[in-house]
Amino acid sequence: MLRRTFLGLLGAAGLGAALGKPAHAAGAQHFQGYPGSFGVLFDSTRCIGCRSCEAGCNKVNELPPPPEPFDDLSVLNTKRRTHAWTYTVVNRYDNIPGAAGPVYKKWQCNHCLEPACASSCFVRAFTKTPQGAVTWDGTVCVGCRYCMIACPFEIPTFEYSEPLTPRIMKCTLCYPQITSGKLKVPGCVGACPVEALVYGKRSDLIKIARERFHTFPGRYLNQIYGEHEMGGTNWLYISGVPFSALGMREDLGVTPAPELTSGALATVPIVAAAWPVLLTGIYAINKRKDKIARQEEAQAVARAVAQAQAEAGAKLKKAMTKAEAEQKAAIEREVKRALEEAVKGQSQEGE
Amino acid sequence: MNTQNPAAKNSLLTPFNVTVGIIFLLGALITFLRFTKGLAGVTNLSDNNPWGVWISFDLMCGVALAAGGYTTSAACYVFGLKRYHSAVRPAILTAFLGYALVVFALHYDVGRPWRLPYPIFVQSGTTSVLFEVGLCVFLYLITLFVEWTPAALEWLGFRKYRNIIVKGTLALTIFGVVLSTMHQSSLGALYLIAPSKLHPLWYSSYIPLFFFISSIAAGLSMVIFEGTLSHHFLHHKMDRTYQSEHNEVVLGFSKGAAMVLACYFLLKLVGVALDNKWHYLLTGYGAWFLVELLGFVALPCFLYAITVREKNLKLAKYASILTVLGIVLNRFNVSWFAFNWQLPAADRYFPSWMEIAISIYIVTIGVLFFRFISTKMPIFYEHPEYREHAPHEGEEEEGPEFTEHKLHKHPQTFGH
Ligand code: SF4
Ligand code: SF4
Ligand code: SF4
Repeated sequence: MLRRTFLGLLGAAGLGAALGKPAHAAGAQHFQGYPGSFGVLFDSTRCIGCRSCEAGCNKVNELPPPPEPFDDLSVLNTKRRTHAWTYTVVNRYDNIPGAAGPVYKKWQCNHCLEPACASSCFVRAFTKTPQGAVTWDGTVCVGCRYCMIACPFEIPTFEYSEPLTPRIMKCTLCYPQITSGKLKVPGCVGACPVEALVYGKRSDLIKIARERFHTFPGRYLNQIYGEHEMGGTNWLYISGVPFSALGMREDLGVTPAPELTSGALATVPIVAAAWPVLLTGIYAINKRKDKIARQEEAQAVARAVAQAQAEAGAKLKKAMTKAEAEQKAAIEREVKRALEEAVKGQSQEGE
Repeated sequence: MNTQNPAAKNSLLTPFNVTVGIIFLLGALITFLRFTKGLAGVTNLSDNNPWGVWISFDLMCGVALAAGGYTTSAACYVFGLKRYHSAVRPAILTAFLGYALVVFALHYDVGRPWRLPYPIFVQSGTTSVLFEVGLCVFLYLITLFVEWTPAALEWLGFRKYRNIIVKGTLALTIFGVVLSTMHQSSLGALYLIAPSKLHPLWYSSYIPLFFFISSIAAGLSMVIFEGTLSHHFLHHKMDRTYQSEHNEVVLGFSKGAAMVLACYFLLKLVGVALDNKWHYLLTGYGAWFLVELLGFVALPCFLYAITVREKNLKLAKYASILTVLGIVLNRFNVSWFAFNWQLPAADRYFPSWMEIAISIYIVTIGVLFFRFISTKMPIFYEHPEYREHAPHEGEEEEGPEFTEHKLHKHPQTFGH
């Protein structure tokens, strides 16, 4: 019975913990991104899949040379992802219904407005800069790779071959080069020969995208990928084919990543505050119960002893009366026999 | 430990020692590779699959299966179920070793292990669920260590310190329950941030609750399971109190486990119903989900119920094994089988043999420590000078168990 209450309480507490979420989430404010932050607009209707952006990125970030040179387009035959040695990749998507030929997509960190990577890192290695870039600080990173679990776009990569000093590698939006003045636009943007990439203020990029929708009716789907996905990103995409056909997740929803865990985290102080009180209370109740049980036990023992004593007394008395009676009977018997014998003797004498 | 060189003496060449020797040799080799060639040298981890079996098994299962510590001590000290007293020490020891090994295993997994204290001491990412896990595991490891010290202090004969710590039992227990509630549930909450990667049948906003409740079932079952194992191998170390209470512990914990599992089962169904995920049950993942739910939650729940009704202790053993396997399966499903479920098969993760070998190596270390400590220190018996229970009649001078602790000059052979 006791255990039942124990579990009931646990269940109730846990349930409360889980239900804390919606209440909390409702109170959270949507962060609209830093005003004036920069980003890039990628236009898949312009991209020709030449991999120049890959080469440009490799150069400005001084990454190791790739096994296949950047002008080798055969690598596009397989789907690639970002790696520790490539911050960005271009992939080709064939046979998309409604498209005249192959469509290309450049992929890299999307520089989320509220990044999953930053919210998930337990040493705050990531920073969302007011300029838009999401940067990573190698001096604190432990290498737990939770950021890689968290990122919905599967962007952060890890130097698995580094035994002792592996880093998280991802596109920086060329933040160091741009803030130091070495570059005016990101390396990939500058390398693009067909202006499939535009660097600028995120708010301006959204305007540019809408203008293109307007100027070229039928060329685009009326949607900007990254405007709302996971709360919005600084890198934006427009396309003439559904984004899902370009290997992009369209089921991510608009909830920024930090909100997914804030509810669970909000219950921490509740557990920390309520549990000890509750448990001490239960302990006190049980202790009292114990005490009462002990008292009752003592009383019961006393009663039992008293009863036993009384019983013993009664028994003794009974035994004594019985003995007395027996004694009396024995005397009587003796007297009787003596009398009988006397009578017998008299009668014998008389014969 | 003399197991490192099994060939030294013929008498040491027992199957147990040889197996342990091989495991340790491999362990040392792979450890060397890990810290010279990096994770790529020994694991199948990739950018798509950053967490492998070292997280799925060593962390996720390790923490869940060490839940016996807080469940048992809470049952005994907070909920006043004094008759479980003798089960507390083995459970605390298991939990302490479990958590110590979890932390040890993380040194293999993270990129820069010497920075593991960073989140607490250098820069804290308080928005991260992993931060909560790390902080709680860190504090709980200390708590468990303190909870375990009375056994060591009794062994060493430091009565004064031992008594001070024993006075704090209640506070320590409550602290332990608070920390466990938090990090057991947080291990599930880690996945809240990845709704797009974890299969909907396992992803749920209730996942912290699922992890917490199932950890209670895991804890209770581990105590039952370990009890039967220890009975087998460490019988001579157990005093009468332990042995006479053992059956009661098994029955009591079976009852508890039956109820917790029933509760867990219903909640899992609620999880499916709330987000209306019934249609997923008709897919392959759905079948797998049902295997977990029916075969490893409902079935052991049922077996536990029969155990209690018929006082069938044998059945409790099987039920506990099923439950433990079920929790392992659940943690594997969440962190591995149903994670990244949308990736093409070629991009999915499967551990390398070296990853598995390291996990086995770490479990072996745990088993050896458990054996060492429970044969040397008062774990399965009460130290005669610190007894809380009135000794059973005629037990006083009987049996080797109460003098055993004085014989620690024994050659420390692990294999018989
Ligand atoms: S795309 Fe991924 S890595 Fe880039 S900011 Fe967003 S969450 Fe972080
Ligand atoms: S791997 Fe580094 S950057 Fe990523 S979450 Fe862990 S500590 Fe943070
Ligand atoms: S913004 Fe810079 S780091 Fe990012 S893909 Fe372009 S060149 Fe590479």
